[in-house]
Amino acid sequence: MIEFRDVTFVHQTGKTALRDVNLKVEKAEMLAVVGENGAGKTTLVKHVNGLLKPTKGTVLVDGEDTTKKSTAELSRKVGIAFQNPDHQLFSESVEAETAFALKNFGFSRELMDQRLNWALQFFGLEEYRNSSPLALSGGEKKRLTLACILAWDPEVVILDEPTVGQDAIQKEKLSGIIKMLRSTGKTTIIVSHDIEFIWPLQPRLVVMSQGRVVADGPADTLMRDEELLEGARVMQPQLVELYQRLRRRPDSPFASVNDARLWITGPVVR
Amino acid sequence: MGIATLPDIQRWKGLGSSMGEILRVQNLSFRYPEAAKFAVRDFELTIKGGEIVILAGPSGCGKSTLLRAVNGLIPHMYTGEYLGSVSVGDHKVSEARMSELAQTVGLLFQNPENQIFMFSVERDIAFGLENLAVPPDEMRTRVDEAMRQLGITDLAQRAPHELSDGQKQRVALAGVIVMRPRLIILDEPTSLLDPKTAVELVELVRRLRDETGITFLIVEHRLELLVRIADRLVVMSEGRKVLDGGPEEVLADERAAAYGISIPPISRLRNQLKRDGLPLENGFGPDDLAEELNREALGR
Repeated sequence: MIEFRDVTFVHQTGKTALRDVNLKVEKAEMLAVVGENGAGKTTLVKHVNGLLKPTKGTVLVDGEDTTKKSTAELSRKVGIAFQNPDHQLFSESVEAETAFALKNFGFSRELMDQRLNWALQFFGLEEYRNSSPLALSGGEKKRLTLACILAWDPEVVILDEPTVGQDAIQKEKLSGIIKMLRSTGKTTIIVSHDIEFIWPLQPRLVVMSQGRVVADGPADTLMRDEELLEGARVMQPQLVELYQRLRRRPDSPFASVNDARLWITGPVVR
Repeated sequence: MGIATLPDIQRWKGLGSSMGEILRVQNLSFRYPEAAKFAVRDFELTIKGGEIVILAGPSGCGKSTLLRAVNGLIPHMYTGEYLGSVSVGDHKVSEARMSELAQTVGLLFQNPENQIFMFSVERDIAFGLENLAVPPDEMRTRVDEAMRQLGITDLAQRAPHELSDGQKQRVALAGVIVMRPRLIILDEPTSLLDPKTAVELVELVRRLRDETGITFLIVEHRLELLVRIADRLVVMSEGRKVLDGGPEEVLADERAAAYGISIPPISRLRNQLKRDGLPLENGFGPDDLAEELNREALGR
């Protein structure tokens, strides 16, 4: 449903941010994008809702070329919660902020109220209904951007660095939301440096470096590839590193443990 | 770099490392006007010169309020009900002038974009000194020294906005170091960095502490990278200090997770294995644990 065909993007400054990117994301897939600062991750996701259009190549969403669609049309399908919520929040109250897109997309008054109430309740923001979004803490602002997007129920949900500023409890909640999105058939794309957050979700992993997609496959497989991760300045999840270190010694009793995922749920040590 | 800088550096090193306590928070309670509850309650904290201390706790636990009370924004800018006292070095925060505090406590924001704004890296680093009307010769020396300490001398003439995120963070940190503070507060310093760049920053903090004796108070949710260099981990909950000790000890404390702390996966596994009866030592990394487990299993 999302397809990048030989996409290159050059910023106005002349800097090439994406180089010959080919990527196909099917409906209901969960994708995590990792890579060094400046690898092109955010530039990549901005192409999905048409905020950026390719300099060369084509981006298709549901088979339609994004250059032939307005960002408003694409946004109905693709919701992005950006890294910095301050770039996204502008209304005078939390309620108005959440209602903004619903109004623009022409939701009926009744449906709007229903969605609004659900979203604010779900993200624990009801008590701030009449507060200015700017009065919220960093973590609350991030939750508000997510509430705004889920309220209009887009088919594709993109989260850019969702765990920044979130404590353990909020991260766990976020992880639950992502699993819920997956179970309801949403296509989810997560851009994150937080490997320990991503890994237990076991997404399809896209590794970017210097504007290119350098690897694409199951997280469980790619996270074992130390050379690949080193090149993209990504660290191995701690439990994967442990697993590999345990197996490295030929006489190790752990050499026969074949599934790194076992370590997520708990020790397999006797 | 003339001979003149040498005693200068020694004097500076001495300030951080040899004077015992650098921060003393005594029985601090603070309530914002019209707030029902105290944001910080009966808080006690003493930090020695040269320590690296992590402050952790769930959102809304009072961390930001405590930091404001340390750098003087409370009570100088945010007023409210203020009980107890906070001293940084020789200054009692509530009585000191903000300009004095600014030279004692340095603050690095989460996002270096909020801190960098000049046209060249060295102008940016010099900005704070210019405001203090430091003589040009001394300014040159101090800016050069800060750039050297952070390994960014070759970036001196570059425009900050052209730099990578890791480089920007170093420039912002150089702008803090150049003021020669005795205590530096880092607010979630690794959250916007890719993992390898984050590890480099963590190593840099350790090296700066070792070389200059500067004390670091670091607020962070992502503990797996920072616990390796920390001397102490302090946990806050509902305005109070609830845990305070060596990071290994605190992460092994069953209450830590209940207070909303992200226990790194390796520490979680280690705790579980210890509860299951394996005689493990304390450590943080996958490397230590792998070695211990292999040794244990092979009976040596």
